[in-house]
Amino acid sequence: MHEVRIRKRVVIVEEIFHEGGPAAATPQRRAAALTVIHNPFAGKFVPEIAGFMEDLNPLGLEMAKSLVTALGGDLKVVEGYGKGAIVGPAGELEHGALWHVPGGYAMREVLGGAKAIVPSTKKVGGPGTRLDVPVTHINASYVRSHFDSMEIGISDAPRAEEIVVALVMTTGPRVHARVGGLKASEIKSEDGLR
Amino acid sequence: MKAKVRKIVTFVEETHNEMGKVVTPPTKRAAAAAVIENPFAERYVDDLTELTEIGEELGELLAKRAVAALGIAGPSVESYGKAAAVGENGELEHAAAILHPKLGAPVRKVLGKGAALIPSSKKRGGLGVPLDIPLGHKDAAFVRSHFDGMEIRVNDAPRANEILVAVAVTDSGRPLPRIGGLTKDQIKGEDGLR
Repeated sequence: MHEVRIRKRVVIVEEIFHEGGPAAATPQRRAAALTVIHNPFAGKFVPEIAGFMEDLNPLGLEMAKSLVTALGGDLKVVEGYGKGAIVGPAGELEHGALWHVPGGYAMREVLGGAKAIVPSTKKVGGPGTRLDVPVTHINASYVRSHFDSMEIGISDAPRAEEIVVALVMTTGPRVHARVGGLKASEIKSEDGLR
Repeated sequence: MKAKVRKIVTFVEETHNEMGKVVTPPTKRAAAAAVIENPFAERYVDDLTELTEIGEELGELLAKRAVAALGIAGPSVESYGKAAAVGENGELEHAAAILHPKLGAPVRKVLGKGAALIPSSKKRGGLGVPLDIPLGHKDAAFVRSHFDGMEIRVNDAPRANEILVAVAVTDSGRPLPRIGGLTKDQIKGEDGLR
């Protein structure tokens, strides 16, 4: 058991009306919840770290709920999701991997039965490091209009002994999506892929 | 709206812990930023009235968005600031036209008050350029605990013919202020300075 020590929380919401083409009837929104936590394993190699995943579950749930709130409170608007982590320089990439399970669990729990894998990325970096969090459709990873990403970062984090954990939710396709492929309306929704 | 808005982004930051000391209650700050088309890009235009009117619109829009993101009533806001980044085909004076003549009045209306100057910064830059929004107490510019700044950036803005415009508000000063000076309980609130 390790205490999850929070230094800072950040919520970012983007509302996209157009990108040079016709304005969308409903603007696409992307929201990111970021939390700066202390890395309990910083500065040394710790063989057994997996227990920290369970410690992170409550934080994941809180962050996923805060995203739904930031998007207006209605679960039904959420169509895409993604997650990521930035580990401060005194940590290792594997510490970022600890976020996979609690981050994914939290999003599925809050969204109630989303089927697709939550795409993710992670890196080691200093304060102000930017992370492009990948985003795909919550029920079918192959929906081409929902292949998206959101760049996030915090100017003063992560410090050496910190980790920034991130969750992202989006409300729709890219604003001018038009490269074909599987459509959201064609999802069979059995395997989380198509 | 006069402004052609491509995108609106809001940012909320909560600081829970600084240097191992718990910050109670957490300090919170929020910023709302709009990405708009620059009507005067790529040419010298003498009369910048259109931009000053856009500034007035954005003052209301962004102040409302930022206060809503902060989650408190307008009059409870303690400090504020504003900033703009002009894309490479515009001039610094375009930022000045948006920020200085008319943006402040609607911001103050949303906050109920605001005797102090709204501190500001501006720059020209490319996509993803960071904007450091200066912050000062809204009723007394000399309140030392509230001299602060908030960094924001939008990775895909400003494009060459765009302007990024931001308003920031807080419910507090710095997390652990301890360098003396005028404190907020000493504010007379008459001249906007003390």
